[in-house]
Amino acid sequence: MAGFDKRVASYEEAMEGIESGMTVIAGGFGLCGIPENLIAEIKRRGVNDLTVVSNNCGVDGFGLGILLEDRQISKILASYVGENALFEKQMLNDEIEVVLTPQGTLAEKMRAGGAGIPAFYTATGYGTPIGEGKEVREFNGRHCILEEAIVGDFAIVKGWKADRYGNVIYRHTAQNFNPMAATAGKITVVEVEEIVEPGELEPSQIHTPGIYVDRIIQGTFEKRIEKRTVRS
Amino acid sequence: MALTREQMAQRVARELQDGFYVNLGIGIPTLVANYIPDGIDVMLQSENGLLGMGRYPSEDELDPDMINAGKETVTARPGAAIFSSAESFAMIRGGHVDLTVLGAFEVDQQGNIASWMIPGKLIKGMGGAMDLVAGADNIICTMTHASKHGESKLLEKCALPLTGAGCINRVLTDLAYLEIKDGAFILKERAPGVSVEEIVEKTAGKLIVPDHVPEMTFDAE
Repeated sequence: MAGFDKRVASYEEAMEGIESGMTVIAGGFGLCGIPENLIAEIKRRGVNDLTVVSNNCGVDGFGLGILLEDRQISKILASYVGENALFEKQMLNDEIEVVLTPQGTLAEKMRAGGAGIPAFYTATGYGTPIGEGKEVREFNGRHCILEEAIVGDFAIVKGWKADRYGNVIYRHTAQNFNPMAATAGKITVVEVEEIVEPGELEPSQIHTPGIYVDRIIQGTFEKRIEKRTVRS
Repeated sequence: MALTREQMAQRVARELQDGFYVNLGIGIPTLVANYIPDGIDVMLQSENGLLGMGRYPSEDELDPDMINAGKETVTARPGAAIFSSAESFAMIRGGHVDLTVLGAFEVDQQGNIASWMIPGKLIKGMGGAMDLVAGADNIICTMTHASKHGESKLLEKCALPLTGAGCINRVLTDLAYLEIKDGAFILKERAPGVSVEEIVEKTAGKLIVPDHVPEMTFDAE
């Protein structure tokens, strides 16, 4: 790997160094913009006792849901688990520790983690079970709770196009949590649909500058649709 | 007659104003988009990172990378913007969204809302609801007035875990339109053919009933 060339040749290489007990931050919202091949590689490696940070946990049989099948996840921070029967079962049976986290707080925890901000105050969750046991301060007459940032041992991200320097752009609403996740990994791995030549991406249109990215790989994607709604 | 889901959406849509940025929750709130009054322009915010949500795609337009917060495939209207989830919640938490409409299990006379968790039973998560209720000044909550067994959902104090504290100021139920102010529900309108007595009976929280409570009207469809 010379200079700023972040490309790796295989998914095995892309997830080199992941170990049981690590924290993995994953981009994606529902099944949209999820790093599906990197997740599959984590499954293949069989590492377990993972803490996963992601808005959702996929569905039964796809996305992060496949890591539930072999009990690879011991703890998850997520905002919504409604569409995943296995997740709900493991949660109700206390087989998986679930820290339900408001969606905006989750995004901000990743953003803060990547930006070197250890914690932040927010009104979100005050007076609810989410605020219990958290430090409270009043700002401008509003009660706020202290929320801590998150940093992952790995961040796994799905982009649209990248260059070999690791500059990434996302496509449509597949952006979602990916840019924040990309900043918050000690090792950030991005899989994309296309790796282009340096200079092809307009610098002012880059969503994730390459400084955050350690490894880039080009893959092919199923892009499963969770709720197919069309107008007649 | 209690309002239908469509009528509830129609009634909420009357609160839309030209130039409003609006976040619509899942369920009845989503239907509000079908009743945006003629001559006004609103931008729908979807908290996964889309401002300017358009209609559902045609078969040709269908794109797995283009979804709304309910994970449904959608389109972007002309003038839309797409951004990260952090940006999306910055506009929500920063109070930039003009109106938020969302469903609930219970609300109470202090403006508390419970909408995300029934202990031991149903676990879905709060999604963006806690951020939305904490960030917005202008929220309309849509819900049925009472459970199927006739138990009121408009309470003195919410029994279920809260989504937000002291944040709801307007409620539209299938029976009535109410405001919440100074620790009480204020009955503003009633559904066609629904008596004040029925609303009083099905409201467990403190309810202020003005001398005149107008009946909602709907155009025949």
